Amino acid sequence: MSKTSNQKSTEPANKPTVAVFKFASCDGCQLSLLDAEDELLAIAHHVEIAYFLEARTRTLDGPYDIGLVEGSITTEHDAERIRDIRKQCRYLVTIGACATAGGIQSLRNWADVDEFIQQVYATPQYISTLATSTAIADHVPVDFELRGCPINKDQLVELITALVIGRVPRVPNYSVCVECKRRGTVCVAVAKGISCLGPVTQAGCGAICPAFNRDCFGCYGPQEFVNVTSLTRRYESQGESREHLVRLVRNFNGYAPAFRAASDALEEQSHE
Amino acid sequence: MNPGIQVAPTVDAANPWAMHAVRILAIRREVPQAFTYELAFEDHAVGERFRFRPGQFDMLYLPGIGESAISISSDPDDPQRLLHTIRAVGNVTRALARKRVGDQLLLRGPFGSAWPVESCEGQDLVIAAGGLGLAPVRPVIHHVINRRDRYGKVWLLYGARSPRDLLYTYEYDDWRRADIDVQVTVDLGYDGWDGHIGVVPTLFDRLHLNPARTRIITCGPEIMMRFVIAACLTQKIGPQHIYLSMERNMNCALGFCGHCQLGPAFVCKDGPVFTYEQMEPYLDVEDF
Amino acid sequence: MSVSTIPVGSTVSLQKLRLQGLIDALTNAGYQVIGPQIADGAVVYDELDSLEQLPLGVIDEQDGGRYRLERSNDAGYFDHVVGPHSLKRYLFPPQETLQQLHLKDGHWNVEPTPIHDKPVAVIGARSCDLHAVAIQDRVFLEGPYVDPGYRVRRERLFVVSVQCRRAAATCFCHSMKTGPRASRGFDLSLTELDDSFVIEVGSDQGGQILASVEGWKASSAAIVDQAKEQSVQLERTMKQRADADPAAGTSRPRQLDTHDVHDLLLNNLDHPRWEQVAERCLACANCTMVCPTCFCSSVTEVADLTGEHVRRERTWASCFTAEHSLLNSGVVRNSTKSRYRQWLTHKLATWIDQYDTSGCVGCGRCITWCPVGIDLTEEVAAIRETAS
Repeated sequence: MSKTSNQKSTEPANKPTVAVFKFASCDGCQLSLLDAEDELLAIAHHVEIAYFLEARTRTLDGPYDIGLVEGSITTEHDAERIRDIRKQCRYLVTIGACATAGGIQSLRNWADVDEFIQQVYATPQYISTLATSTAIADHVPVDFELRGCPINKDQLVELITALVIGRVPRVPNYSVCVECKRRGTVCVAVAKGISCLGPVTQAGCGAICPAFNRDCFGCYGPQEFVNVTSLTRRYESQGESREHLVRLVRNFNGYAPAFRAASDALEEQSHE
Repeated sequence: MNPGIQVAPTVDAANPWAMHAVRILAIRREVPQAFTYELAFEDHAVGERFRFRPGQFDMLYLPGIGESAISISSDPDDPQRLLHTIRAVGNVTRALARKRVGDQLLLRGPFGSAWPVESCEGQDLVIAAGGLGLAPVRPVIHHVINRRDRYGKVWLLYGARSPRDLLYTYEYDDWRRADIDVQVTVDLGYDGWDGHIGVVPTLFDRLHLNPARTRIITCGPEIMMRFVIAACLTQKIGPQHIYLSMERNMNCALGFCGHCQLGPAFVCKDGPVFTYEQMEPYLDVEDF
Repeated sequence: MSVSTIPVGSTVSLQKLRLQGLIDALTNAGYQVIGPQIADGAVVYDELDSLEQLPLGVIDEQDGGRYRLERSNDAGYFDHVVGPHSLKRYLFPPQETLQQLHLKDGHWNVEPTPIHDKPVAVIGARSCDLHAVAIQDRVFLEGPYVDPGYRVRRERLFVVSVQCRRAAATCFCHSMKTGPRASRGFDLSLTELDDSFVIEVGSDQGGQILASVEGWKASSAAIVDQAKEQSVQLERTMKQRADADPAAGTSRPRQLDTHDVHDLLLNNLDHPRWEQVAERCLACANCTMVCPTCFCSSVTEVADLTGEHVRRERTWASCFTAEHSLLNSGVVRNSTKSRYRQWLTHKLATWIDQYDTSGCVGCGRCITWCPVGIDLTEEVAAIRETAS
């Protein structure tokens, strides 16, 4: 970006540096950052985007003030790289379901990866992968996490603003229901008998899915005080099958500890 | 709980969200991580109207960061010299700690109930404070000193984690000269400390109190206050004569936001000062 | 008849289709008219232009965690009872800007937030909801401090209440003494009969608006009695059905024994029932959101990246969240058990200490809209049964 002298005079000195790193993921969360068009110029004015391959080819060497990490750890090389990144970043922030919980690809944690490789790849011997897809926090300490699949750009702007201003980011950890009720959406579980994960899922998306008459499928992961067992028991009593409930909970955030324990328990019950 | 809530002259009851601009006149580092801010109203007319009662608090506001309820720790007879002692532990207080002399803040207040300095007249008074809990009772000490003859014996029992965590040590001699029996203790002494070691309630054992004419004012961590209360009850002091300052999540100071509820009380408007008699049913209930 | 007003306390009759005239009169008087209508499988409040939007011939079957619309035999406009929305969102909106601040030359300018929204007229409020408004009035208007936003909205609110013709299984206004008959708190009150509305005037504004509606005529004494009898009959039915044999199933009006409920709950803060309900409770906060009296809120700072332009947003909050009891030293109520206990003891017990009234109006929304159907009347009964 070319700087006019006017801009230069108001530009904060020693701007914090931001680096964006990608692991096993779809890039959707990085796109959320690019999608923050209105805010991006302001962000670039207050922070130095030092490393963001999806947005610019120029890169600056670390260390960085803020590291945003997208994606999960699926290879031995990933595991090494995240340890190196951790060393380079003052604040390490995971963004999205992959980085915070292992993502949809963590479904393989319940399956046989070798079998997948044999079936999918023509020359399986070239594939080097771990048996599991795991969250960044399973490998290195994480300072803050932004949930979602993908993340909400407003939460991302809030995070960066908070770190620039010097306060704790305000990201709610209560249920999606709070957002549904604030916007006046009629509860799809109560009024339509749809098995919705809203009550056990963390807010942040603005309760989009129920507003379009469908169930929340938990893409922001477990809310703070999560009680999946009580909710799935209720849905079962209304005629929902255990298989469906396992699939419902075992989704984008299926490997988040609370969801994982719940779907494992449901599965165990069905085998009894 | 306290039906007769008085609205302060600097609070507009019809628009209690309105704020006053104040400037930081001076900052004094008290103990590690705690600072005293002297504030002055930018509008002198507001400053002239500002009055507070000992135990009351202000909402200090940093736009973009938030509001924080902070006790007033200065002399209520000199309301134009307005002091707040703040420990930088939360979002707002950490941001406050980065402020400098001359910076502007916004303020609403004062709010809340007060220590019963009037009804304690003619009585002996034990002020038992722990850690930063000395800040909200310092106005009581000033009030008493300003009219010392109206009170009987007055003790200040004060404790902190270690000698370097003791607040306002530079004033103890003044207070002692004004006939306040200042007794200080620390949880952890170290070389050079020749004072008492132990928690505040242990200081009670050394006092000979006349339960019929003794009033207790206590402020500090909830656990400390519980032990102070136990010590007072052992000495046969009535629950209605023990006053404590409770801490809950005070967000609005107006009783609107609901966050600071403690049983029937809104700590922000019915408190923060309560009698033990009022709080007794709830103090020992887990997670209440 | 051409008069400029109809006196408070009088009762008139209006042919059903003439109700459009009331909607028009309110619209012409500058109100945003809100009324019940079907959306997404429920009767909700939304903008109302036409009589045809009203849920004609529809009833709402409600039970713990369940709400379904069905056709009614009676074909009335107001055969439903209460949906997920209440008047709360029009007086204490789920989100509002309290203040805006701008930093200029080291000085913060605080801009008051004028209320831009039009005055609201609500058609269809029930007795329980009018009581709920009166309760929120105590919170926001009748304490030492007045909330200015609430005050403006409240002063401008025009209420056309409707007398309930039936009760849902979740209704227990008869226990809370808040219904079913609305006797005050309205500008106009409608009783729907088979072929007409009987309208009682509750305020001067009500009388003026009604006078401008074409086709009203003075009610005969017989019609007025018939209208009143409808409420009396409903209350009788609710009590009878609530007292009926429990073996008849859960689908009967709830009841809540309010006798000494304040002391009952506060003397049983360690009752094992709190732990049991916590096993079912999702801590999702739905009950507090749909409750027409729950008033907790949070203020959030919304700043741009420069930090020089700040908006203070007030949003609905809930005692079921961690944020609610957060101190620097940690969260005070750090379990679902303690949060449910806080909610119920506040609603039914400490509310009385604070506002000299129960916080519950018996509308049953918290029962219906709880995703797992937790029923406060059942919880109180269980504690009462084994109280210490």
